[in-house]
Amino acid sequence: MQINPADASLPADPRRPQSAVAWGLIGLAYLMAGAVLLVPLLLIVVTGFREGVGVYVANIVEPETLHAIFLTVLAAIVVVPINVGFGIAAAWLVTRYEFRGKRLLITFIEIPFSVSPIVAGVIYLFLYGGQGLLGPLLAQFDIKLMFTVWAIFLVSLFVTSPFVARELIPLMQQQGGEDEEAALSLGANGRQIFWHVTLPNIRWALLYGAVLCNARVIGEFGAVSVVSGAIRGQTNTLPLQIELLFNDFNVTGAFAAASTLALLAVLTIILKSVLEQKTGH
Amino acid sequence: MTSLDTAREGPRAVAFGTRLPKARKPGRRHLLPGFGLTFGITALYLVLIVALPLAAMLLKTFSLGWPEFWRIVSSPRAISAYWITFSSAAAAAVFNGFFGLLLAWVLVRYEFPGKRIIDGLVDLPFALPTAVAGLALVTLFGPAGWYGQVLVPLGITVTHAQLGIIVAMAFTSLPFVVRTVQPVLEDIPEDVQEAARLLGATPFQVFSRVILPLILPAFTTGVVLCFARAIGEFGAVVFIAGNLPGMTEIVSLLVFIRLDEHNYPAAAALATVLLATAFVTLFLTNLLQAWQLRYADKSR
Amino acid sequence: MNKLFTTAVAAILLGTAPVLAQTTEILNVSYDISRELFDAVNAKFVPSYKASANADVKVNQSHAGSSKQAGLILEGLEADVVTFNQVIDVDTLAKGEFVTADWKSKFANNASPFYSLPAFLVREGNPKAIKDWADLARDDVKIIFPNPKTSGNGRYTYLAARAWATEAFAGDEAKIEEYLKKVFSNVPVFETGGRAATTTFVENKIGDVLITFEAEVLGTIKQLGDDQYDAVIPSVSLLAEFPIAVVDKVVDKRGTREIATAYLNYLYSPEGQDIAGSLFHRVHEAAAAEKYKGQFPEVRLVTVEDVFGGWDKIKADHFAEGGLLDKVFVNQ
Repeated sequence: MQINPADASLPADPRRPQSAVAWGLIGLAYLMAGAVLLVPLLLIVVTGFREGVGVYVANIVEPETLHAIFLTVLAAIVVVPINVGFGIAAAWLVTRYEFRGKRLLITFIEIPFSVSPIVAGVIYLFLYGGQGLLGPLLAQFDIKLMFTVWAIFLVSLFVTSPFVARELIPLMQQQGGEDEEAALSLGANGRQIFWHVTLPNIRWALLYGAVLCNARVIGEFGAVSVVSGAIRGQTNTLPLQIELLFNDFNVTGAFAAASTLALLAVLTIILKSVLEQKTGH
Repeated sequence: MTSLDTAREGPRAVAFGTRLPKARKPGRRHLLPGFGLTFGITALYLVLIVALPLAAMLLKTFSLGWPEFWRIVSSPRAISAYWITFSSAAAAAVFNGFFGLLLAWVLVRYEFPGKRIIDGLVDLPFALPTAVAGLALVTLFGPAGWYGQVLVPLGITVTHAQLGIIVAMAFTSLPFVVRTVQPVLEDIPEDVQEAARLLGATPFQVFSRVILPLILPAFTTGVVLCFARAIGEFGAVVFIAGNLPGMTEIVSLLVFIRLDEHNYPAAAALATVLLATAFVTLFLTNLLQAWQLRYADKSR
Repeated sequence: MNKLFTTAVAAILLGTAPVLAQTTEILNVSYDISRELFDAVNAKFVPSYKASANADVKVNQSHAGSSKQAGLILEGLEADVVTFNQVIDVDTLAKGEFVTADWKSKFANNASPFYSLPAFLVREGNPKAIKDWADLARDDVKIIFPNPKTSGNGRYTYLAARAWATEAFAGDEAKIEEYLKKVFSNVPVFETGGRAATTTFVENKIGDVLITFEAEVLGTIKQLGDDQYDAVIPSVSLLAEFPIAVVDKVVDKRGTREIATAYLNYLYSPEGQDIAGSLFHRVHEAAAAEKYKGQFPEVRLVTVEDVFGGWDKIKADHFAEGGLLDKVFVNQ
């Protein structure tokens, strides 16, 4: 399709679609985004509420599901702050200093991001399992990690460890250390520099990373399913509970749990887009 | 925000730390306090959470010896699992290459109603737990599902077929290409295209000769990230795939099954293959990013 | 932070559910398809124990393939009791010194409170006319049963098919193997647990026949409607015992032996047997056996002792690495 160059050269607003091609592309984007993204989301929510809000609520307050929600939220409460702390330390280290072995360190920060979550479960089983590397030793001290909530926390820590660092490093790299150095020359100590100079500069990116980290902790399935032991009402997180309900032939219950997670996902997206505007993404 | 800032944000959305610009005055870097503290925290955490568990698995794998390791990782079932996993991930990456580019283009270039909603929806696959995605997809494409009702009579079965794996992988890795290309595209000044157009280039020529070369590094990075994520995907795939050995069984699932069978040597060996794949893709994305940063430097 | 929440968090971190007061919890690690059975048992056991011992108890459940569960216990899953579906899975625990070697003599009937048998579930009207084990080797039949490497249910299926073939082919090992190879190659997917196999057959609509315990066959029909599925009981099947054991290593550490033993004894009590019978398990106790007699078709049952010379021999001949199972499990 040909556009007349004379028309196209002086558009009133360059971003207002002018041509049929443009509208065609937009239409295609509507269609694909609708079919690929919106419809699955709607399906989950519609099916979850298919039998009415009452049935939905009844499914959610079912003790095992309620416990799964509780455990999932608890995992987020435990894991996200730790990885926020780690992310800040790692980003500060990587962007403010030059040192030997930095490349290796960065590789280790990145690895959990690109490895299959099943591998995350496997490595923890081989480390802390009863027949693993450290498991027998810990058992002597009566420390039990596998198939407890601790194992769930640990694999979640592993899987989401890069999320905050990943947001902070490019930003802190770009901002450079000049502000901090200026503060230093004015006599500020490390803590003051961090709280009054660095943190205000990175707070939105930090939150953004935390939101992504949170979403992943809540949704992690593969790694958790290896180390959970699937004790009902004990070590079942919400995503595992969905599979369990599905296998119990309780499809409505599975969709009720799933739609709870889907609503959380929508909330995450809204929060994320608000933060994106703040960070100027 | 200036265009320079956005240019810097290109790699930001991709990954980090690959080719950090060298410190301008190297000696200066240790001026700031906190090296010991942050190094201590970071190193300790990485050792405890990442390195130690990985070492436990690698020890297990090394204890197998090479012939045994090779026997496991080259068994017919493992090889068909690699093939299924990699070919599906490649197909998903190609689909997302096109679809991601389209979305990125439309979102950057045009103003239209519902744009913010589509932009938000792009993040859905990252926000939605993969098990939920799997449940949604298997229901949609099942014989009685909204899509299945139409597709199955046409002879297109998605569930319990490789197509299902591709669909699940494509869904869960969809945001990568959009989010890597978007900032770079935003950074291309309108007047570059205007100039090309005034010189008589067709829109197709503008795209292929002017825009495509500029976004190519970011685009390729997005596609590779997409591929890497697809290889590791588990939750969404197991719901829809049917998990038939040699037909729809992915490597992650085979690891899981070997664990269940209490066949730890096989689980360790196959997990090591997955880990090696992760290292390779990581290396590849780093190379690509170096390329992209050079591009960004040049275009500035 | 509010106190209740703190208590709940503390409780969950210590691996106990947030139940206040002096409730003792025990964990029953079980096979995959016993979900409904132990839901029902636990609901009745708790008040019964409260009445007899004046103590509060809560029974937690974990379900998956029986052998997988045995593996998890070796890895540290702290089960007070196991309710498995195969002797060799408890033997795995005995080998790992989690239970004593004489566990079979600690409860009646070889420590098996109820029993079942591998049976067939087919789609409504039995469109492929699957009547007996012979039909499973047909070219046009797709079979679903769980992975014999992870599931006791799957191993019973293998053994039952072999028991039938041994009779049918008069012990000709070449023919038996040929038959079993054909059966295995008709299985498109081996799920790791019995319930996952049922889901594959029922929800995913894969396969023409599901082979699983009779209890699951009849339970599925009851739950999903007899207008959708039919039960087929083959001419001969294998007595499938469901062995139970108190996990000595765990109860001694946790001080839960008394409750754990009471729990397993409850399975033998008239109430326990009634629940098992109502959920389609064949039982020994006279009243319950009589009450539920009508729901079980007559079937000729052989035992592992008769056909295979006992579990130790089975383990060595069939399930060892490179054993007879590996020979016919062509697509593993």
